[in-house]
Amino acid sequence: MIGSEEKLIEVRHLKKYFKTKKGMLHAVDNVNFEIIKGKTLGVVGESGCGKSTLGRTLLRLIEPTEGEILYEGNNIVSYGNRKMFEMRKKMQLIFQDPYSSLNPRMSVSEIITEPIKVCKLLKGKKQIEERVREYMNTVGLAERLINAYPHELDGGRRQRIGIARALAVEPEFIVCDEPVSALDVSIQAQVLNLLMDLQEERGLTYLFITHDLSVVKHISDEILVMYLGECVEKAETDQLFSQPLHPYTKALLKAIPSVDLSRKMLESDMLKGEVTSPINPKPGCRFAARCPYCRPECVSEQITLKEVEPGHFVACNLYE
Amino acid sequence: MNELLQIKNLHVVYQTDEETVYAVNGVDLNLSEGETLGLVGETGAGKTTLALSILNILPPKVGKITEGSILFEGEELVGANEKLIREIQGNKIAMIFQDPMTSLNPLLTIEDQIGEALLLHRKELSKDEISQRVEEMLKMVGIPPERKKEYPHQFSGGMKQRVVIAISLACEPKLLLADEPTTALDVTIQAQVLHMMNQLKKELKTAMILITHDLGVVAEICEKVGIMYAGEIIEVGSLEDIFKGKDHHPYTKGLFGSIPDLNSDVSRLSPIDGLMPDPSALPEGCKFHPRCPNCWEMCKTTVPEYVDLGNGHKIRCHLFGNQNGGGGI
Repeated sequence: MIGSEEKLIEVRHLKKYFKTKKGMLHAVDNVNFEIIKGKTLGVVGESGCGKSTLGRTLLRLIEPTEGEILYEGNNIVSYGNRKMFEMRKKMQLIFQDPYSSLNPRMSVSEIITEPIKVCKLLKGKKQIEERVREYMNTVGLAERLINAYPHELDGGRRQRIGIARALAVEPEFIVCDEPVSALDVSIQAQVLNLLMDLQEERGLTYLFITHDLSVVKHISDEILVMYLGECVEKAETDQLFSQPLHPYTKALLKAIPSVDLSRKMLESDMLKGEVTSPINPKPGCRFAARCPYCRPECVSEQITLKEVEPGHFVACNLYE
Repeated sequence: MNELLQIKNLHVVYQTDEETVYAVNGVDLNLSEGETLGLVGETGAGKTTLALSILNILPPKVGKITEGSILFEGEELVGANEKLIREIQGNKIAMIFQDPMTSLNPLLTIEDQIGEALLLHRKELSKDEISQRVEEMLKMVGIPPERKKEYPHQFSGGMKQRVVIAISLACEPKLLLADEPTTALDVTIQAQVLHMMNQLKKELKTAMILITHDLGVVAEICEKVGIMYAGEIIEVGSLEDIFKGKDHHPYTKGLFGSIPDLNSDVSRLSPIDGLMPDPSALPEGCKFHPRCPNCWEMCKTTVPEYVDLGNGHKIRCHLFGNQNGGGGI
């Protein structure tokens, strides 16, 4: 699967710890992955499992505690400010909440213009305005809205502004941090389709963060399942959905209410308990406390991610 | 079956200085004892407003019921006196609000908050009996009773929602209005809460209106489904009619087309174009016509009536029914 194709991003042993009063919070703990150019890696997990921290650390909006982030083979963790500034034109972020991620005092055109000005990509008012109109068309915003303010628009349109802003510097790689979770289903579908169209047209590479497995299945080529800062399973989308291996992935898949009436949830499939604290986690499997297959060695030994089948990685003692 | 709740031609508006927002426009709804209705629709469809009007807690001065009636156990709730409303609120009809993080009082222990409803509505109970009942409620929703002296911030989101559910069920209401009870929760916790609600519903024989935008949640616990659009229920029927039936309102079809399905392999979703109309300036005729792929002349001028397809499956669309020569699909 991975090999001949060109890797755009490669992450090795990425760690991000936060210091808190109670101890070290392991937000991202030893995560490894690669993203092929033009493909989408989906990151799934429950709230607090470190998905967003992973996305932000990847863009160095948060400095990693340890590990390497290779962009086309170059480790960007060692980059200084000036070099990083150049890198940021290639890497952009789409935020979760279209209501709080746009400056209410800026008009649509100002919001989309800002990154162009900051990166000094174009000079001359006319040229910039042309570019803004072009991007508004690309994301499906009517040109008459160019002087509108975010509060005049609904969530779907605001999210389109956020996408246009991210596209304005013509990036190669975009981290989409739950871009559709604040939207209604019918609007969500419109935005998902837009993101997929843009990927086809421009050959964009996405890291798509979401808690919604049906969304991630729809858009991703490969999926990484996170639990308490660790990657517990990683596989190609079809593989993961047809043959989930980790008990957490299985439970997660079964917990989704389906519109298919023949597939009701069963109590036996249900996970007991809740996510434990990510502060000073104990050694061993972090999922052990909720795992129906937990064995003594799960709580004592360190568990590593192993390749069970080509391209299918899982961190679980059941698959020795 | 015994009709518990009968809503007829309900209209609710929000009157502000600048404009009048038409939030609910002629809703008819019947609910029998012990039945669960799922109310589905997008943001701004008027789902929450409908629930608030049943409980008579529309924002004062702004929200008004302009027309229609709400009969609960045969008693008219629209324009009812304070005494009757007090008796019903939190006692016979209870509500679970969307956000468990903000619907609990941070300054009171959960014991006090669950006991409050009992203190108001079950005056015959002594202190010990109330305390005992609180413990029973906590056990029922799966929280260890030892934690009753704790404050909301000591609980996680899923636990808080369980507390909210315990409060709403403390007086064993006849009707429970659940406004997006699981939206703020993670999927694995959502599964636990849904399972628990299902269990409790059967035990206590409570009728429920479950407001949600998640069709999967509806499939999990409802028997009857109503689809809301721009303040109208445009389609209503049994779970099988809505999820498996052939005939649907074009909006219902669009709603199902928008959901990424885990079991199918479509490369693109087929969402509905456009947006929900502005509720302060609704279009004439059928409110869905500007977005409808099957729109024809009649839709632009005449508001469609309910067409009964049998078995209580009703659709509000000109495509159905043969009156005035309107063709089928």
